[in-house]
Amino acid sequence: MAETTAQLPPARYEFGGDEFIFVELDQEMSLEANFKAMAITGALREKDVDGVIDICPSNASYMVRLDPDVLHPRELMTELKRLEHSAGELPENYSVPTRIVDVPVLFDDPWTRETLLRFRDNHQDPESTDLEYAARINGHPSVQSLIDAITSAPFIVTMLGFVPGLPFCYQMVPRDRQIEVPKYVRPRTDTPERAFGYGGAFSVVYPVRGAGGYQLFGIAPAPVFDLAQKLPDFTDHIAFPKPSDILRYRAIDRAEYDRTRADVEAGTFRYRIREVEFVPSAFLADPDGFNRELLEVLYR
Amino acid sequence: MSELIVHSGGLYTTVQDSGRPGQYAIGMPPSGAMDQYSYAAGNMLVGNAPGAAALEATYIGPRLEFTDSRTIAVTGADAPITVNGEPVPAWETLTVDAGDVLGFETIRGGARPYIAISGGVAVPEYLDSRSTYTLTGIGGHNGRALTDGDRLALGEPPSGTAPKPGTSVPAALRPELPGVAQLRLVVGLCSYRLTTEALRSFSETTWKITKDANRVGYRLRGGTIEFAEREQPFGAGSDPANVVDLGYPIGSVQVPGGDEPIILLNDAVTGGGYATVGTIISVDRDRVAQTKTGDQIDFVPVDVEDAMTARRDRRSRLEKVQAAISG
Repeated sequence: MAETTAQLPPARYEFGGDEFIFVELDQEMSLEANFKAMAITGALREKDVDGVIDICPSNASYMVRLDPDVLHPRELMTELKRLEHSAGELPENYSVPTRIVDVPVLFDDPWTRETLLRFRDNHQDPESTDLEYAARINGHPSVQSLIDAITSAPFIVTMLGFVPGLPFCYQMVPRDRQIEVPKYVRPRTDTPERAFGYGGAFSVVYPVRGAGGYQLFGIAPAPVFDLAQKLPDFTDHIAFPKPSDILRYRAIDRAEYDRTRADVEAGTFRYRIREVEFVPSAFLADPDGFNRELLEVLYR
Repeated sequence: MSELIVHSGGLYTTVQDSGRPGQYAIGMPPSGAMDQYSYAAGNMLVGNAPGAAALEATYIGPRLEFTDSRTIAVTGADAPITVNGEPVPAWETLTVDAGDVLGFETIRGGARPYIAISGGVAVPEYLDSRSTYTLTGIGGHNGRALTDGDRLALGEPPSGTAPKPGTSVPAALRPELPGVAQLRLVVGLCSYRLTTEALRSFSETTWKITKDANRVGYRLRGGTIEFAEREQPFGAGSDPANVVDLGYPIGSVQVPGGDEPIILLNDAVTGGGYATVGTIISVDRDRVAQTKTGDQIDFVPVDVEDAMTARRDRRSRLEKVQAAISG
């Protein structure tokens, strides 16, 4: 992953009006930028600064919401710049305790297919399905080859947001193997709940039905958001994904999809989860070897 | 049981309070009353503590029956109101009894009336707030806008001396509802994506609010904005409006496609992949709340100190409202 270990440019600090500060660590996506966002926001969370309301790490940037009646935005900006130096320079042995999760996906399913066909006028290529289009522009000879690429290596959650519980996931492969697709020319006004989508270099699972601009590839039988907190994985929180979670998307058939849906409906579904230590330096040195080990831990 | 009976829900009436902070990082916006000034003044007029839940109506107000004696007030948009069909003043403390019905006539100015009721609307709290967020159906009354036949629990009226009927907010302390809303904007975020010329044209254009205008955001039309040429950074997607997905501040403005600016509001999507070019100052979200489809908007560039000054001014105006009410 040599091409992404380059130094990041100087961070850009911007006021989002009086209630937000936005910090762009890089205009392009890299794991390094994301780790830096996670490290700085983690350090800020620990400082427990009075007047800070929300701390939101994102892919290659982060954002903080503040109460300007308690904390002046300029003061917070100064503090964030300090944190960039004290917490943003990651040591070589930096590691993140996280978890790897098996996330089943039914690719090319009837529900997202119906939706994407309804919105062909909003798409770059009205003549193809989203999977066919994405396979072609990423140099895959077939849709199956694209699906194999998605399921061959896990993704890391680099941002939560858009709507509650939506994970933005970045695949843990060198840049020359990253899949990249544009967002719809004009966003759709409808997307099925639990749709698996792709936009830019990110995959997502849509938590709820609603608008969306990502290419539609499939649907997950298990939720990422459970307002009723009925499923055991949601006891502590309404959103399942957490920043830095590692998700392995596994292609399933219709029979497994239906079985899993029945488990979800019965309230008995549990994600397959294993605790792991993510060591970025080890991953960057040998991505394929590192991923192989992760999957062994997950399915052992 | 003290209840509010909804005879008619109006166009889009929701329970709102000062908002639900602290959930932005998982993608949940704060919701809350869009016009915080009018909402706060309403609570003052009925003697509620700040933060008591009120109703936010949109364009067409609801028709509501009371089941006990209450102090109420309607603030926000300029909407003629009635009790049992008789006109009564807005921005003024009113008393109602069991069986009395509050109604709304066609709005004359603004967009969102607020209905404050002594004791507040006592729907269950969700994550420390009663604000409605309809996208995931949380907060408020069953997570949705009011419909005909709904019954809402009301809280215990506050003890102590409530403002007397006829207490009013002086006209000078009521929001102005001008023909073209001036929205102060802190330019920044990803404004580097626009050419200097485009940024100037953005603030020189008078924009018109389209029919896509709700609590999530307002879409505008009226001009075309050029993006600066660049090779798209890795991970962003190929459209010139695309950036690597990032956080969107509440009040931020993005321009997907270059011709349809979107202002994100209290029920905002919290992030995404379109370039943001600036943020409306927090105080001016009150002004956006009182604009509607077909109304016009000017963006006025300011800096963060201006935004802080505007916030102090709003607080001092609210203190004057409180002083006027306390007599």
